[in-house]
Amino acid sequence: MDRLSSTSDFHAWHKQLMAELDNNIPLVMLCGGIGCKAMGSEDVHRAFVQAIDKLGLGDKVQLKLTGCHGFCEKGPVVVVLPDKFFYPGVKPENVEDILQQTVIGGKPIEDLQYIDPASGNKITYEQDVPFYAGQQRNVFRNNGKIDPVEIADYVQHEGYSAFVKVLQAHSPEEVVKIVTDSGLRGRGGGGFPTGLKWNFCRQTPSDQKYLICNADEGDPGAFMDRSILEGTPHAVLEGMLIAGYAIGAECGFIYVRTEYPLAVSNTKAALECVRQKGLLGENILGSGFSFEIEIREGAGAFVCGEETALIASIEGHRGMPKPRPPFPAVKGYMGKPTNINNVETFANIPLIMLKGSEWYNAIGTEKSKGTKIFALAGKVKNTGLVEVPMGITLREIIYDIGGGILDDREFKAAQLGGPSGGCIPAEHLDSEIDYDNVQQIGAIMGSGGLIVMDEDTCMVDVARYFLEFVQSESCGKCTPCRVGTKKMLQILQDICGGRAELKALDQLDQLAGNIKKGALCGLGQTAPNPVMSTLRHFHKEYTEHIEERKCSAGVCRELIGYSIDAVKCVGCGACLKACPSGAITGERKEPHVIDKVVCTKCGICNSVCKFDAVDVR
Amino acid sequence: MSKDSVKDSAVDMELLGEILSAFGQVDSNDLIPILQKIQDSYGYLPRIVLMEFSKRTAIPASRIYGVATFYEQFHLEPHGRHTVRCCRGTACHVKGAVGIAEAIEKSLGIKDGETSKDMQFTFETVACLGTCALAPVMMVNGTYHGKMTPNHIQTIIESLKSSQGEG
Repeated sequence: MDRLSSTSDFHAWHKQLMAELDNNIPLVMLCGGIGCKAMGSEDVHRAFVQAIDKLGLGDKVQLKLTGCHGFCEKGPVVVVLPDKFFYPGVKPENVEDILQQTVIGGKPIEDLQYIDPASGNKITYEQDVPFYAGQQRNVFRNNGKIDPVEIADYVQHEGYSAFVKVLQAHSPEEVVKIVTDSGLRGRGGGGFPTGLKWNFCRQTPSDQKYLICNADEGDPGAFMDRSILEGTPHAVLEGMLIAGYAIGAECGFIYVRTEYPLAVSNTKAALECVRQKGLLGENILGSGFSFEIEIREGAGAFVCGEETALIASIEGHRGMPKPRPPFPAVKGYMGKPTNINNVETFANIPLIMLKGSEWYNAIGTEKSKGTKIFALAGKVKNTGLVEVPMGITLREIIYDIGGGILDDREFKAAQLGGPSGGCIPAEHLDSEIDYDNVQQIGAIMGSGGLIVMDEDTCMVDVARYFLEFVQSESCGKCTPCRVGTKKMLQILQDICGGRAELKALDQLDQLAGNIKKGALCGLGQTAPNPVMSTLRHFHKEYTEHIEERKCSAGVCRELIGYSIDAVKCVGCGACLKACPSGAITGERKEPHVIDKVVCTKCGICNSVCKFDAVDVR
Repeated sequence: MSKDSVKDSAVDMELLGEILSAFGQVDSNDLIPILQKIQDSYGYLPRIVLMEFSKRTAIPASRIYGVATFYEQFHLEPHGRHTVRCCRGTACHVKGAVGIAEAIEKSLGIKDGETSKDMQFTFETVACLGTCALAPVMMVNGTYHGKMTPNHIQTIIESLKSSQGEG
């Protein structure tokens, strides 16, 4: 069916697609997310195409290169339906076996099965893998299941049904009410109630309103928005269509990081599909509602994640924030009322409209509803994207889903919320994670970047790292942020370098308070958070750096030294070859020596040594 | 003849014309997408092209330069044939990105932000590549390389160097 011109056209098309759906033909779902691509999934895809041809299986198996399955650590990931056989780390040479034994034979291949690191057991089915078993994949339900761009595939999985239902059955006011009642809060960072935000924009009278999808995912450590746009861009487009209808906008933008080429191209392709189908453009399905979406690629500025800076960037200016009020809901893009939500927020909308606000409201805690996607990374065994109900504990995420700390070392902290967030110590591992609890502990939910740190991570260095980041990303418009973060960074560099006195901690505290109060935008106001949270929970590490000139984690270079244990060293030459500064000497099979004057303390020798012969002190 | 004018004479102004006509009536709202197209076509933002862009559209050169120097994506000097990026996001940082960047600098013989004299390599560190699950991460000409070690880096960069002159 070509262009759809009415809702009954849509229902007829949907019916036809569902009739074509054949669940009896085995389906090989190969992850084509960036993580799995980096691990070689494109080669595996080619191997599948060739093998299917060679074995003459064209009509006996379907192959899909899907969006991200989330378990990036174990890529490339293959799942075979209907049974959901799960194979991690698939290589091109495994492909023929998978087709013959699993797809045709219906049996698992033992050698390729996932081994649970905790129990040592081999696991056959996807749902039994602990990484997935603890998750509730609602927003991600189609990621890893459908072709990211193909609209028919999305429609076969309830796609655009929510939008059509809205056009047929709900007034814009009702849509706003359903979203308000659902309790959905903005997934981009602040956690502002989405329904309330929509209502502000809806209530502002104007001849023209705008809708913006903030896909400028700049927090280091967060990549869920990239994954949604790569895997199910249609869910975001559908969420935007519903939002546009609700607030009365006819024009929308997706402001996406240019550093995410696959997200950009998949979203563009999906947009083309919806336009051709008549689900975007003038008088959509004869409803009288018209909506257009334009993609803008961000040019690389962290501050553009802030609403007013993002608007300035779309208007062709430097991404510098403006004081609020007026809020964008009153005066935004081109001075017109503008509503901005992030990718994950929009992706939640179709589900809420399909299943109702009560269904959504039942998931989560009292004030934080629904599921949240966390990007689990750092010193944890299972890294990847994890969707869990609000109210889950950090321990469940890190130990049950994440499999625990890498090399079974000691957990030290979890950094949540990126440069605006903070570090959560072990004593809060059992606290419920929701917007308000996290804030009480001294972090923020942010966009959900969750970086696990172990005993080898120096918390003073982490604070210095984040300050360096915000200081270089500060747009320079207001003094508290421009100068204040620079001052804080200098103090932290002094502490890490063993040059600070104890009074530096009071200075940090005072500067942090002033920046928080005085900075113009969210970036500045929250910039001191990583310092404040580490000062609060890891005060001892700061005093150790200052009073003892010591970094127990062995990270701060000016406080440590490297040497080689002559007893353990076998003279293999690995460190000598890897040393970037040529500081290591030694004959083959003789103990090597580090020249402390030349050594830059990068630690590469330690990371390449297989005999534990490098001492850090 | 100054160094600049040698470069300038080699710049093909027709590319700019094609870009601008594709945008039709140019609006200052389109400034960033246009600069992105210019950089795609020329490989960087040549000064003479930006001046001509300003002249043809009446967007002040100061505004164009303000935007071009504000965003990380834009560069006013040509890049090398291969662009090597090292992620310094949080996950990469706690997994040793500092050492990875140093290993890249050692292999290439250039520092962060520099281009090699033979115009073969440019090295940049970037805030976050969004592939934190594979930390530490390096990107070469748009291709991701995850779980990097100094040894991996040497192998990858040596293979790029040996492909010089080909293709």
